Amino acid sequence: MQHTKRAVVTGVALLSALALAGCSGTSSSDDSGADAATCAPSDGDVTLDFTSWIPGIEDVVAMWNEENPNIQVKVQTGPNGNGGTYKSYFSQLEAGNAPDLGQIEYDALSSFRVQDGLEDLSACEDVVKAESEFIPWTWGQVTLGGDGVYGIPQDSGPMALFYRSDLFEQNGIAVPTTWDEYKEAAKKIRAAGGYITNFSTADINQFAGFVWQAEGKWFANDGKEWTVDLTGEESQKVAEYWQELLDEDLVSTYPAWTEEWNNAYNSGEVWTWNSAVWGANSISSGAPDTAGKWSVAPSPQWEAGGTSAGNWGGSSIAVFKGSKHLYEAAKFALWLNTSDEALTALNKSANIYPATTAGLKLPSLQEGVEFYGGQKIYDVFAEAASQVNPDFVWGPTMTQTYANVSDGFQKAVTGQGTLLDALKSAQESTISTLKAQSIPVAG
Amino acid sequence: MSLLTRTAGATADDLKPARGPRESILSRGAAFLIMGVFTLYFLVPIWWLFIASTKDRGDLLTTNPLWFADWNLFANIGDLLAYNNGIYLRWIGNSIAYAGLGALLATIFSGMCGYALAKYRFRGREAYFNTVLGGVLVPATALALPLFLLFSQVNLTNTFWAVLLPSIVSPFGVYLSRIYATASVPDELIEAGRIDGASEVRTFFQVSVRLMTPALITVFLFQFVAIWNNFFLPLIMLRSQELFPVTYGLYTWNTQLNQIPELRTYVLVGSFLSIVPLIVAFLLLQRFWRNGLGTGSVK
Repeated sequence: MQHTKRAVVTGVALLSALALAGCSGTSSSDDSGADAATCAPSDGDVTLDFTSWIPGIEDVVAMWNEENPNIQVKVQTGPNGNGGTYKSYFSQLEAGNAPDLGQIEYDALSSFRVQDGLEDLSACEDVVKAESEFIPWTWGQVTLGGDGVYGIPQDSGPMALFYRSDLFEQNGIAVPTTWDEYKEAAKKIRAAGGYITNFSTADINQFAGFVWQAEGKWFANDGKEWTVDLTGEESQKVAEYWQELLDEDLVSTYPAWTEEWNNAYNSGEVWTWNSAVWGANSISSGAPDTAGKWSVAPSPQWEAGGTSAGNWGGSSIAVFKGSKHLYEAAKFALWLNTSDEALTALNKSANIYPATTAGLKLPSLQEGVEFYGGQKIYDVFAEAASQVNPDFVWGPTMTQTYANVSDGFQKAVTGQGTLLDALKSAQESTISTLKAQSIPVAG
Repeated sequence: MSLLTRTAGATADDLKPARGPRESILSRGAAFLIMGVFTLYFLVPIWWLFIASTKDRGDLLTTNPLWFADWNLFANIGDLLAYNNGIYLRWIGNSIAYAGLGALLATIFSGMCGYALAKYRFRGREAYFNTVLGGVLVPATALALPLFLLFSQVNLTNTFWAVLLPSIVSPFGVYLSRIYATASVPDELIEAGRIDGASEVRTFFQVSVRLMTPALITVFLFQFVAIWNNFFLPLIMLRSQELFPVTYGLYTWNTQLNQIPELRTYVLVGSFLSIVPLIVAFLLLQRFWRNGLGTGSVK
C-alpha cells in the first residue's frame, strides 16, 4: 500500500542487493522439498507473525484475534518497504526466521518470488476461489503473469487527474481530456504564471503509471526467462511527451514530497497532479490553504474518447517461504483484504483503497469529500480502477531499475541527456543486473 | 604552562594579550569569522527544529521557517505523547536504556581491557591490541547483517539483547583506555598497591579508575552518542515497536507521512525532544571531561 516511491537510499539499496545476492546463493538448493507445501489446517492453536507498516493495523488485527482464538496474529512493524522493511525480509529469509505473513508492494513481489522467498498460495482452495472478488488487474499483480499466486492483493492506486478547478475556471481554460489538450492547457497556464504540474525525477512509479496507461509493458516473463522492455514504443511516446514539456519549461521540477513541493501546490503555483487515489490525502495534507478548490477528473487520454487508466502503488499480503501454517495464513490474509469489517477499518485508519470490487462500494467511499468541494471523488477512481491494463508486470530488480531511471531523469531535468536516454541506460543496466543475479533474461 | 596550572587567584589582568606574541587583527578577525560561520552552521538546524516544533501543521508550511508563528509547542508535545498510547515515551526510555546501559558496560569493559593491555605484559599483547585496533576501522553498518544471522541462530533477534549486546563493544574505547592508562597510571602506584596487599582488581577499581576518569568519561560519551544514533542495528534486528529506540521509531513514522499527515509534526517535535537527553548527558559530563583533559595534557 505504500504510497510514495521515493528514491531509495543508496545504502539500503546496496545492502538489499547484498542480501539478494546472499539469498540467491542459498535458496536454490532447497526448492524441491519446500514447493510441496500443502494447504491443510494445522493441529491445535496457531500463532502467526505478520509484518506490516500500515498505521493502525494493530487495531484491525485485534478484531481478527478476538473472533479467532485459535489463530492468533502477532503484528510486527517497521518503516515502509523501500525504507528498510524489504531489507529486513531478505535478512530474515536468509536466516530462516521470516514472519509468516508480510506486506509487500506489487512492484517488489517479483524480487521476492525470484529469490524463492514466497509460498505459492494456489495450493489453497479458498484463495483460488477468491480470485473473482478482486479487481482483475490486482490479481494479475500477485500471479506475476504465471499460474502461482504469491500474495493476496490489498490495495490499489488507480490514477486520475487532480486539478485546481477554481484556477482553470478563472482563466477560462478547459479541463484537458487528452494529453494533447493537456499540453495546450500547460502553455496557457505558463502564460498565466503557473505550472500545469510538477515532474518529479524520483517518482519513477508515477512515470511507470503513465507508461502503464499508454498500454506499455516494461517486463514480461514466459516462465523461462524475463524480457525487459523499458524503451518500447509506448515508453518512448511517454518519455518524448514529457521531454517536450520539460524543454518548453511548462512543468516544474521540485523534488516530490518536500516542503518546496508542498508549497508549490499550496501557493497555487502548480495546478494539477496526475496521481493515484491516495494522492487525495497528500494534497489535503500538503496544501491545506487550497481546501475546496480541487476537483478530480479522469486522466487525460492518448486518444480522444479513450478509456485507459494507469496505476501508482498498491500492495499485497504475501506468505513467506517456510511458514508452517499456510492454511491459516491464507485464511487471515483473505479476511484482511476481503471482509467488509477489515476493509472498512483499514480505510478509516490508513486510507487504504481496497483491491476488491466489493470494497470499492464501502460506504466511506461513496461520500463527497469536503476538501474537493464535496465532490464524490472516489467514483472517478472506481471507474479508473476498472480501466487499468491487467497485464502489466514488474521486474525482479525494481529497486535497481528505479534508482537507475531516477539518476537519468535527474540529469535530464538539468539539461544533460533526455528522459529517453535515461530509459535506455536503465534498460541496459537492468539486463546486466538480472544476468549478474543469474536470473534468465532474453537479449 | 604557568597560565594553565594556575587556578587560584587568576584575574583578568593575567590574561592580557600583551604577554604573548601579538597576533594581527587580521588573523584574529579571520578566526572569529570562521568560528562564527561554523557556529551558525551547526546551530541553525537546531534552531529550525525548535521553531518547527512550536508550530501547528498549517503554519509549518506557510510561515517563515526560522521565526515563530502561533505558539503550539506544548500542545504538540501533548499530542506527541498521547499518540499511539504514548509509544514515544517508551522509545525514549528504550534509547536511554540502550545508550546508558550499553555505554556504561562498554566503558567498564574497554577500560579494563585497555588497562590490562597497558599495564600487564603477556604473550600476544601487541597482536591482540592490533586486532582490536583493526576493529575501529570496521563500520558498524557492515557488521549489522552478520550480527543478525548470528543472533538468529540463538533466537535473540527482536529482543532487547539484540541491540544491547553489540553495543557494549568499543574498540575505540580500548584504544583510548590503553593510551591513557599508559600515560596516566604510574607503575609505582600499582606496585604500592600490591605492597599494601590490595588485589589487582581492587587496585584497578580504587586507584587506576580514578586516574583514568577523563578517558573513561570520553569513552562513555562517545559510546553513548554512538548507540543513541545507531540506526542500522535496530533496523535489522527489531520488529516490535515496543523495542524501538527513538531514532528508529521516528524514522518509521517519517516513512508513513503520506498516510498520516499529522505525523509530520510528531516527527519534528519528537526529534527536538530526542536531542535533549544528549545535551543533558554532555553538559553533565563535560565538567569532568574538560578538567580531566586539562590535567592529562599538563602532566
